[in-house]
Amino acid sequence: MSSTQSTHSDELLTVPARFDQLRRVTEFVSRQAERAGFAPLERNRIELAVDEACSNIIQHAYADQAGGLIRVRVQTEARSRIVITLVDTGKPFDPGDVPQHDPKANLDDMKIGGLGLYLMRQTMDDVRFEFNVRGRWPREPKRFNRLTMIKDI
Amino acid sequence: MMELEVKSLKKVDVIAVSGRIDSSNAADFDNAMKDLLSQGRRHIVLDLSKLDYMSSAGLRAMVAALKSARHGGGNVVIAEPNERMVDTLKLVGFQTLFTQYPHVLDAVDSF
Repeated sequence: MSSTQSTHSDELLTVPARFDQLRRVTEFVSRQAERAGFAPLERNRIELAVDEACSNIIQHAYADQAGGLIRVRVQTEARSRIVITLVDTGKPFDPGDVPQHDPKANLDDMKIGGLGLYLMRQTMDDVRFEFNVRGRWPREPKRFNRLTMIKDI
Repeated sequence: MMELEVKSLKKVDVIAVSGRIDSSNAADFDNAMKDLLSQGRRHIVLDLSKLDYMSSAGLRAMVAALKSARHGGGNVVIAEPNERMVDTLKLVGFQTLFTQYPHVLDAVDSF
């Protein structure tokens, strides 16, 4: 392996928390995943996780406020893993309060909620929520929520 | 970006969706199915041959339509899903909920 070619990458993107930005974020993440060597089907799964996570932030965390931002960080190790971090300054939530999707439920018993969170956990190896993190001002917001999702190749 | 086209046959309606369905446009997909169901049209084929991607927002709309169609004695079936869509359906356990056909015509003939 060439010593000049880095096998690690660390990329940042900040977008307004709006649905019309979803594609921008999923494209950004998918590009890093492709560079790291994730196959197309795995990239689709990563896009799903990121899409669901951002949709939750837009819909719930920033439900009552306009002008919110989502900070996206993608760290990769070539042919090894991807670490996606999403930061928002919206309302925290308790993942335990979200209804659990039951993939074996009958159609009539199937609940509409919880599908997004379920998809995130199905598609990624690790999904970790942190709420009301105290930031190092001014480099970081004073308080923020952080979601970390990790997937190994 | 998503495009949606409804073709109404005698008994069956075919909704062809192309592009990507996510939270930014799933309401259009949801409304297209609701419009048909509210008119008493309960045999729906979703032509997914040109669909690249669907998130839970689209899946929720599909389940709502399926419930409504089945209650009226109809059904919602899927035609020509790509590999990624089949994977997404499997991830949430919907692969048995929606009958899948390799061709739109087979799906139409199933009614």
